[in-house]
Amino acid sequence: MDATVIVINTIAIISFLIALLKDKEKAKKSLLVAGKSFIRILPMMFIIIIVIGLLLGFVPPEQISKFIGKQSGIWGVLLVGIVGTFMFIPALLSFPLAASLLESGASVTAVAAFITTLTMIGVVTLPLEIKELGKKMALLRNGLSFVIAIIIAFIMGAIL
Amino acid sequence: MKRQEKQKDERKAKKGIIRDLIILGIFLAITVILLIEFPDKREPVIATSWDFFLEMILILPAVMVLLGLFAVFVPKNMVVKYLGKTSGIKGIFLAILIGALPTGPLYIAFPIAATLLKKGARISNIILFLSAWACIKIPQELVELQFLGLQFMVTRLILTVIFVIIMALIIEWIMKWSENKGGVKNAV
Repeated sequence: MDATVIVINTIAIISFLIALLKDKEKAKKSLLVAGKSFIRILPMMFIIIIVIGLLLGFVPPEQISKFIGKQSGIWGVLLVGIVGTFMFIPALLSFPLAASLLESGASVTAVAAFITTLTMIGVVTLPLEIKELGKKMALLRNGLSFVIAIIIAFIMGAIL
Repeated sequence: MKRQEKQKDERKAKKGIIRDLIILGIFLAITVILLIEFPDKREPVIATSWDFFLEMILILPAVMVLLGLFAVFVPKNMVVKYLGKTSGIKGIFLAILIGALPTGPLYIAFPIAATLLKKGARISNIILFLSAWACIKIPQELVELQFLGLQFMVTRLILTVIFVIIMALIIEWIMKWSENKGGVKNAV
């Protein structure tokens, strides 16, 4: 078991104990909410796990790095960025998927673009966003988020 | 009224889970066929999936507990209460902090942002709030730490905060500029 696992679980346990001291009822309710969300995310988690297994098992790293590796340049990054905007999976599950891409030859730039567009931009939820915030603001937010996601990705690629 | 909404939410959640289970079934079937056709791939595919399963199952329950705590202990109306009026540097950091605390998918935040808009909160703060909600969550950062490492997580976090602030100010500027232009046109 690595350090991160221990850190995350320790934080969760301590937070829960503090919550328990503050308000027993609310703490219990939190656990119920946690349990429900966990069950809710399980099927999607298994889908992602299968996709990762198939990806790493069947797609040769040369193929992945050809499309979204270091030498693929801006087009590869734009491609994963666009895929990220259309994907409608919980942000939590985008990280293992991103890690598997990284493992199989994708560049840091591509992976950073993927995560950032996936979390910040929602093409699927865009109609709802337009309804609530107006066309101009919703389109500006999603459009500029895409631009900064690509910028962040290239800076990350240059630094790391 | 509230109870009705709750029931509706629960029905929606049930529908979602059934849809996910169907997709999972399709993926499982495809995988079984592929692994029967290509026996030499069985070992690498199963080993990889198993590794990722272990990594996830060791942290997801803890992450869910944190999400649950945030959901129950951070009231939704806190957002409107604190973000309605503040501005300046304090507003910027408050917007990010308040966006980073509550939990749930981004589309839950849209109605809250709409309320803020109606109450006259600064546009830049609303954009910051939405962006923070989308990608600066503590439990989310922890999962990123687990799978992509400390360096990746911290670098992306810092860059995201910087660029999200710049973006928020640009959007506010554009919105105001186009409003003024519209105003002049209407006046003429």
